[in-house]
Amino acid sequence: MGNKVKYRIGKSAGFQVLTVVLAFACVIPLIAILIYIIRAGITKINWNFITNVEKPVGEIGGGIAHALLGSVLVIFFASVMAIPVGILCGIFLSENKKSRLAYWSRLSVDILQGVPSIVIGIVAYIWLVKPFGYSAISGSIALAIMMLPIIIRSTEETLKMLPDTLREAGFALGMPFHRVVLKIIVPCGISGILSGVMLSVARIAGETAPLLFTAFGYQFLSANMAKPMETLPHLIFKYAITPYKDWQDLAWGASCVLLVWVLLLNILTKLITRKWKVQL
Amino acid sequence: MDTPVNNDLITRSGITLERVISSEKIRDAVKGIKRIKRSHRQIKAESIFRRTLTIVGLSMVVLVFGIMLTLIVQSFPSLKALGVGYLWGQTWDPVRDIYGALPFLMGTLLTSFTALIISIPFSFAVAIFLGEYYPKGWLANFLKNTVELIAAVPSVIYGFWGLAVLVPIVRSLEVSIGVPSIGYGIFTSSLILAVMVIPYAASLGRSMIQMVPSNLKEAAYSLGATRWEVIRSVILPYTRSGLFAGILLSLGRALGETMAVTMVIGNTPLMPKNLFSTGNTMASVIANELGEADKAVYNSALIELGLVLFLVTVVINMIGKKVIGRFTNE
Amino acid sequence: MKILKKVALAGLALAISGGTMLTSCNGSGSGSKADSSASASGEDNTIMGAGSSFDNPLFSKMFSEYNKANGLKVNYQSIGSGGGIKGLTDKTVDFGASDAPLSDDQAKAMTGPAVHIPVTAGAVVLSYNLPDMKDTLKLSPDVLAGMFLGDIKKWNDPKIQAINKGVKLPSTDIVIAHRADASGTSNIFTTYLTKINKDWETKVGKGSSVNWPVGLGGKGNEGVAGTIKQTPGAIGYIELAYAIQNSMAYAKMQNKAGIFIAPSIGSVTAAANIDIPADGKVSLTNTEAADGYPISGLSWVILYQEQKYNNRSADKVSKMVKLLQWMIHDGQQYSGALNYAPLSAKAVAVGDALLKTVTYDGKPVLQ
Repeated sequence: MGNKVKYRIGKSAGFQVLTVVLAFACVIPLIAILIYIIRAGITKINWNFITNVEKPVGEIGGGIAHALLGSVLVIFFASVMAIPVGILCGIFLSENKKSRLAYWSRLSVDILQGVPSIVIGIVAYIWLVKPFGYSAISGSIALAIMMLPIIIRSTEETLKMLPDTLREAGFALGMPFHRVVLKIIVPCGISGILSGVMLSVARIAGETAPLLFTAFGYQFLSANMAKPMETLPHLIFKYAITPYKDWQDLAWGASCVLLVWVLLLNILTKLITRKWKVQL
Repeated sequence: MDTPVNNDLITRSGITLERVISSEKIRDAVKGIKRIKRSHRQIKAESIFRRTLTIVGLSMVVLVFGIMLTLIVQSFPSLKALGVGYLWGQTWDPVRDIYGALPFLMGTLLTSFTALIISIPFSFAVAIFLGEYYPKGWLANFLKNTVELIAAVPSVIYGFWGLAVLVPIVRSLEVSIGVPSIGYGIFTSSLILAVMVIPYAASLGRSMIQMVPSNLKEAAYSLGATRWEVIRSVILPYTRSGLFAGILLSLGRALGETMAVTMVIGNTPLMPKNLFSTGNTMASVIANELGEADKAVYNSALIELGLVLFLVTVVINMIGKKVIGRFTNE
Repeated sequence: MKILKKVALAGLALAISGGTMLTSCNGSGSGSKADSSASASGEDNTIMGAGSSFDNPLFSKMFSEYNKANGLKVNYQSIGSGGGIKGLTDKTVDFGASDAPLSDDQAKAMTGPAVHIPVTAGAVVLSYNLPDMKDTLKLSPDVLAGMFLGDIKKWNDPKIQAINKGVKLPSTDIVIAHRADASGTSNIFTTYLTKINKDWETKVGKGSSVNWPVGLGGKGNEGVAGTIKQTPGAIGYIELAYAIQNSMAYAKMQNKAGIFIAPSIGSVTAAANIDIPADGKVSLTNTEAADGYPISGLSWVILYQEQKYNNRSADKVSKMVKLLQWMIHDGQQYSGALNYAPLSAKAVAVGDALLKTVTYDGKPVLQ
């Protein structure tokens, strides 16, 4: 073996080592963040933390109960609004591959996916807050708009992959179109649809920018969607930049809760899709 | 025999007049009526369903159109008052009603491109590792899932961590370099952004690389190429446009990122002098100042920034998607 | 079919758990009775305010105490004076709090005349992060302007050393921290700088949001304080309560009489002891008083004079006006502990008079 060949083999091996090193280096920041936040936050989580609401500035003993409830409610209503619309639109796009409207609709969904969250916040402010005032529901609507492209895309992709024979078999049995879709197609594709839904929920669980100008913030525990409400990411943002050690501690605890929640959602999604794909 | 009978009933159920009269067939007739009623209902339900689908599909177009229209209309006051010069005005002085977007454009471009440059080696490494070296196996799964989880972490948590951990580190770095040691700034934001955008180029790159036909690779191997040479001369050129699309997607994500950047960039409305100075991005200035922009032109200047951001990110994302589309159809 | 059933069951379980969490959360936690009565009566038991972060430590204490006594909930968001004014202009809040009175342009943008009720006076202090320094920094007006203009770049600059004789100043860079958002605190600070330094007057001027020549921006008093606290060598302007609550060092300012005064309740009260005009708007900076702190400021709650707009109920308006009345009388007892200066008798009198002019449908709210 000539020297040239040894050199080339060496270069190849070197490149492989470099690739491995760089690839696994990506894992380092994530693990560093995870460890740091869990370590900083886990000690702050106690019963007080979960059940109390904000105390006056500078007083200790506050908690994040209002933000927890707020986040759950805002996300819940956003999902209620986005999931049916998203799935229906995904069905529309997968059933009408060639029509003019479907082309423009698909284009719109692609555009919507790329819109920065702050822009959606601006638009929600102009449409909903200026006429009606700050409210949690306007925040939900902004988040729902962000969820839509993810749900629509994954529904469309999943349903497109189903064989046409399924549809044809349904039609052959004399089933009307809506029955074919709702009772055959959708159940077959439920794993992909569900994973899209869960991904979209995980995506918006941590979103702050659209809530800045919509849900506003509120120091008390509230379930009134027509009024402002505090949410977990907004609370973290508010407290993180303050100098108050107590508030910073709360922000760490809240970050820990949020991070674990979002990661669990993502991991759950992966597990469910893998499990259900096998069944398919 | 000439009893008046509903004609529809006869023709659709296929039962003739004589049979209707006979009592054994009354049961069939009743069934027939029920079947017709059910068919009517089904046809109505079907058309309602189809119409609902169409409406939903249409509503997406309306939504996006509405967003664009709102942004444009709300930018009118500032477009009229400041004109196109707004985009390269260097001063942002709300007190004197002077608005220039250039500092924020520069801030956005600097942070995003620096983040891209920092992240590309890493995302490509992940893509090549998962696409070529270890497409299967538990190690590959671990890496793939971990990289995807990077994208799952909320941006406000990246910002908070950056504030607490990265800023002091960058500050000591700046002390050793001799730059004013602030810690906050464009460099710090680029670092965080780089971490955040790795998954986008990585996952797209991985699927592109996996799609390279093995006969191409085997042909190269059979000619005596090493692994590296196959990657360099076969895989990378083949997936060039796909990788480019992945970079565009990462760029689109970086351009629109708000929270993580706002917390560490230093919020200075001045033209950034170098990589380590503080600055501001379009998204971050909107987040900071929209809540209090009380003058019409001020408000509209900020929304115009939003419009610019919208157009830029949409165009970049569309180009990326087009490139992928063309690539997957070849 | 089975799968759909499972999904439906999961959704139902989620809904039920969500529902129980809602009711249990409403049951536990502080002020549960107030919560349920509020959601029953609707919005009439919540007042929305926004604005000044200068006032936030005092307001959050006042509102919390008022809620305990009265049940009225005040949702106050500290988004900066500019945000408060915008909220009031857009009518998305019931009242705005600002440390800068409405400018002519801002007053024109409002749909009706607005009243300024002075609620407290505080000090804008120069807080700094020099961990090795044991003595209190002394600053003179020109040195301060020089630092914020970017002319003085290092801590051991001879100009700073000249007024801090015998103190070992480090050679670190000066990092200026200012506000990134529209701020009444900035307004008070820049008004002072404009009064005492010609350079500043021509180059930067005064306002809630100026074109700062150097420095980092923080969001709210909270953000600036946070930045200072975490950045060695930083100096910035924040309200006194923030510096004290976070054990941050702050400088003595040389006032018009030439004395280096530390900000405190006493020195702010001395600066605030002037005649207040009938509309409540006055600046306290660069006070003539020998024992007055030169960067003091009054802070106002701003509301529309005619309160019947946007379907607001008479009940809600009366609750809000009573809240404001309480704030300038009994509420003042909480100022001392937080280092805000209680309103002078003259200021309270002006506030009372202004509150009496607030009308609902033409009739004064306070009988």
